[in-house]
Amino acid sequence: MTREQKRKIEGFTAMTLSTLAAFLGLFWLVFILGDVLVHGIKALNPGLFMNDPAPAGVEGGGLRSAFVGQLMITVCATLIGVPVGVLGGTFLAEYARGKKTARIISVLSDIMVSVPSIVIGTFIYAVLVKPLGHFSGWAGAIALAIIMIPVVLRTTEDMLTLVPWTLREAAFALGAPYYKVIIQVVYRGASAGILTGILLSIARVAGETAPLLFTSFNNSFFSVDMNKPIASLTVTIFQYAMGPYDSWHKQAWAASLVITISILMLTVIGRLLIKGRHGRR
Amino acid sequence: MNAQTEFEVKGLNFHYAGNVHALKNISLPVYKNNVTALIGPSGCGKTTLLRCFNRMHDLYPGNRYEGEILFKKENIFSEDIDVIDLRSRIGMVFQKPTPFPMSIFDNIAYGLRLKGIRKISDLSERVERALNHAALWDEVKDKLHASAYELSGGQQQRLVIARALAVEPEVLLFDEPTSALDPISTAKIEDLIVNLEKDVTIIIVTHNMQQAARISDWTGFMMLGDLIEFDRTDKIFTHPSQKLTEDYITGRFG
Repeated sequence: MTREQKRKIEGFTAMTLSTLAAFLGLFWLVFILGDVLVHGIKALNPGLFMNDPAPAGVEGGGLRSAFVGQLMITVCATLIGVPVGVLGGTFLAEYARGKKTARIISVLSDIMVSVPSIVIGTFIYAVLVKPLGHFSGWAGAIALAIIMIPVVLRTTEDMLTLVPWTLREAAFALGAPYYKVIIQVVYRGASAGILTGILLSIARVAGETAPLLFTSFNNSFFSVDMNKPIASLTVTIFQYAMGPYDSWHKQAWAASLVITISILMLTVIGRLLIKGRHGRR
Repeated sequence: MNAQTEFEVKGLNFHYAGNVHALKNISLPVYKNNVTALIGPSGCGKTTLLRCFNRMHDLYPGNRYEGEILFKKENIFSEDIDVIDLRSRIGMVFQKPTPFPMSIFDNIAYGLRLKGIRKISDLSERVERALNHAALWDEVKDKLHASAYELSGGQQQRLVIARALAVEPEVLLFDEPTSALDPISTAKIEDLIVNLEKDVTIIIVTHNMQQAARISDWTGFMMLGDLIEFDRTDKIFTHPSQKLTEDYITGRFG
C-alpha cells in the first residue's frame, strides 16, 4: 500500500467515525424532542393553563398552579442570582483583575458550576428548610439562584475581560471615575455577551427538578405565597410521570413540551444575541 | 515664538512595577500652544513619558514616579491634585481609535456629560462644534445617532479627537495617532493637529520622523529612557548637537 492510499484510508475512517458520532448524538436529540412533541401536543389544551389540578384520579383539571409557581420561582431566582453574578463577575474582571483572590474565586465558581444540583437542594434544605420547619418558594428560588450565580459570574467575567483595555483608558483619559467607566463603557461593550450568559443560566435552572424537591417541594393547590410550598412544572412532571393515572401521564407530557419549548426559545435568543454581537464588528 | 510654558518636567524618573527604570532623569519644557514631538526608537520611553502627563500609569499598581511635572506651576504628582480633574483638562488620543460602543453623538457627549452638562440643546451645540473642529461634521452630520463603529478607521480617529476636544482641554496628548491609518487619513489628522495648535498645547509621540518634522515646533529625541536632546524641530532636523540624534534622524539606526 502506498503512503497516499494509506493516508486516504485514514482520512476516510476519521471522517466516517466522526460523522457517525455526530449523527448518533443528533438522533437521540431528535428522538427525544420528537417524542415530547408528539405526546405533548395531544394533551395540550387551554384548560391546562387555566385550571388547577383536579383531585387525584379524576379526569380534567390543569396545571395552572405549576405554571405560575414555576414562573415565580424562576423570576425570583433570576432577581437574586443575576445581580450577584454580574456584580461578582465585575469584581473579578475589574477591581480584582490579575489578583490572587480573583483567580481563586474563578476556580471555585468553575467547580460550583459542576456541583450536582441535588447537592445544592439538600444544602438549602439543611440551612433554610429544616431550621424554618417548612418548605417554601423562597427556598426553591434561592437554590436555583445559587446554581445561577457561578454561571452568570464566570460569563460576566469573561465578557468584561474581552473588552479591550484601551477602551477603558480612553474613558479614564476623559476624566471618568472607574465606576462610570464600568457602567457606561465596559458594560455597554459587553452587554450582548452578559445578556446571553444570563439567558443561558435561566434556561439552565428552569429545567431543574432535584433542587426544588427539597426546597419548594410541591403544592396541589394554587398558591402564590413564596413563604409556603409552591408548585413547579418540573416537580409536577416528576410526580405525575411516576403516578398511576393516565390523565397525569398526559399532563406530564404536555408540561414537558411547554418547558422544553420555553428553554429552547431562551437558548435560541441567547445564541442569536451572540451572533448579532459578532456580526456588528 | 513666545516662550510661555505649559508643562515643566523636572528630574522625572519613572519605574514600572517590577522595578523597570523606564525614564531616567528627564527634564524638558513644554511650550503653550505649540506642538511638541517625542521621537526615538521603539522602547525608548516616549510613550511612557507621554502617559505621565495625565498620570495614566496610576491605573496599574506598582508604578512609581519620582521628580516633578509642573502644570500651571503645580506639581501634578502632589497629594492635592485631583487626577479626575487633571485628566478632564488633558485629553488623550491613542494609537488605535477607541470609539465607545455607542452612537457618534453619545461618544462626543460622553465627556460633556461627565462634566455635568445635561441640557440637550447645550450638548447638541457643543457636539457640533467639536465635530467641526475635528473636520468630521460634514461626514457624519446626517448619521449622528448611528453607531460609532460604522465609521472608517480614519473617521473613528477624528471622532476620538472630537470627543477629546469637546470638553475644551488645555492640552492634547497624541500617542502615535496615525500609525494605524492610511496615508490620506494620516494627512487629514496632521492638518488637524496643525490647526489645533492655536487653541491647545499638543504633545505627540511618533515613530515617523517626517511627521515630527512636518507638524511639530519642538522635538525631544529619546533613547533607552534618556532624553538625548530637546530643541526647536528645525534645529534638531538640521543641526542636531548630539551625535546620537544625528545618527537616528539620518536613519543610521532605529
